[in-house]
Amino acid sequence: MKQSKLEKWSSWIVLAVILILWEFICRAFQVSDFIFPAPSGIVASLRQYAGPITGHALQTFWSTMAGFVLGVTVGVLLGFLVGSSRLMYTALYPLMVGFNSIPKSAFVPILVVWFGIGTVPAILTAFVICFFPITVNVATGLATIEPELEDVLRALGANRMDVLIKVGLPRSMPYFFASLKVAITLAFVGSVVSETIAANEGIGYLMMSAGSQMRMPLVFAGLIVISVMAMAMYAVFAFLERRMTGWATRGMDARA
Amino acid sequence: MSDAFVEVDKVDLAYDEVSGNAIEDVSLSMKEHEFIAMVGPSGCGKSTFMKLCSGLRRPSKGQVTVEGREVSGPLKIVGMAFQNATLLPWRTTLDNVLLPLEIVQPYRASFKRDKEKYVLKAKELLHSVGLVGYEDRFPWELSGGMQQRVSICRALVHEPKLLLLDEPFAALDAFTREELWCILRDLWMLKRFTVVLVTHDLREATFLADTVYVMSKRPGRILAKRDIDIPRPRELEVTYTDKFVGIVLELREHIGRIRKA
Repeated sequence: MKQSKLEKWSSWIVLAVILILWEFICRAFQVSDFIFPAPSGIVASLRQYAGPITGHALQTFWSTMAGFVLGVTVGVLLGFLVGSSRLMYTALYPLMVGFNSIPKSAFVPILVVWFGIGTVPAILTAFVICFFPITVNVATGLATIEPELEDVLRALGANRMDVLIKVGLPRSMPYFFASLKVAITLAFVGSVVSETIAANEGIGYLMMSAGSQMRMPLVFAGLIVISVMAMAMYAVFAFLERRMTGWATRGMDARA
Repeated sequence: MSDAFVEVDKVDLAYDEVSGNAIEDVSLSMKEHEFIAMVGPSGCGKSTFMKLCSGLRRPSKGQVTVEGREVSGPLKIVGMAFQNATLLPWRTTLDNVLLPLEIVQPYRASFKRDKEKYVLKAKELLHSVGLVGYEDRFPWELSGGMQQRVSICRALVHEPKLLLLDEPFAALDAFTREELWCILRDLWMLKRFTVVLVTHDLREATFLADTVYVMSKRPGRILAKRDIDIPRPRELEVTYTDKFVGIVLELREHIGRIRKA
């Protein structure tokens, strides 16, 4: 009983310890706010600029979500295509790996030339950074159907589509939801990177301009806001994953 | 032979050019309602034989005829079960059994309309194999023997004329296995589908089948055919009679000779 309670709160305890240490070190060594602000300074800054921070945060949030939705759509479609056909897999996979290995920040200047400074490059950067893990996971789920099961269905006269819909899709759901958790955090990376390079709005822009004015507490406040948003969305998808595909993790549930 | 239900005529099957024939020059004929068993050493092409009967594979040479027509594609009149129950973990027991009805005609077309009727039918089938009250459980909540019973129900729900069983009891413990023999025996006595049972277990083959075929090492050929003239209904006790043991020993001798060769 006590053990499980400790486990439940362990991550909060670690967080608290880090914050206290951080605060203590900053005060003990009188580290300047311009270099490395203490948690208290960051909180003060969060309070002071709550209004503008909220505005920028919402901008970043919606850009990220738009990119994420695009990424999920394209990721699932591509995954379906690649996972359901050997030919498509062989033809497309190397190209996708190559594309994925390009640092996504390198796209931002190109996107700015095409679409101008602002929201569109942020959305598209979030998109290009987050679709790949979804594609790979959906494709894996589809490609690893047990041959016996396929035989059972094919012997009944099932066509490819039947097998995909009755078996492939539900089977790939756990992989899909697992990839959503990765993809949503990546999408935040994408949008913020783009905003940092080329935008007049968003947390990335806020941090960039605050940094250039040496207002480090505000820069750190930006970091914290991004992290909180990403973690919240991660929690949403982790919850969805448990609800939708509990059958895939029943072993863990049984132990919990 | 006009009364043959499945007719296999001098069939070779090679999966590709390199690996050679998986089975070679196999001929046999099965009457409707017959229960045959294939025994043989590992990798002797018993599963290949099943794929031929179901129409999943076409022979490289020779021909397979079912119900008087040459097999050229998947036959919808077959049900299959394997060593692994291969149940879908996201479906309940009941929904797993209903799966074939969502796919095979004529059930497919009327599945939504007549769902209640089919649910009843699936439940009846589950009850007949001793699974009462497990309809809404998920596969991982069932024991291996129970899963295998569900798998057999799934293979039978669309009333196939031909039931193909690929070592369905191999992964079970001895007692559960014998229990399932009896369940299969009773189902067969009741519904009289034609069965091809692939197995390593000579007692299983002798207890259940009308005819046992012994296959050789790869490339698989039929080496011996043994009619099991033990009267039905057979009870488990029959497996301890001299006659039964005699047949098992005879089959064992064939296998021994193959393994030495």
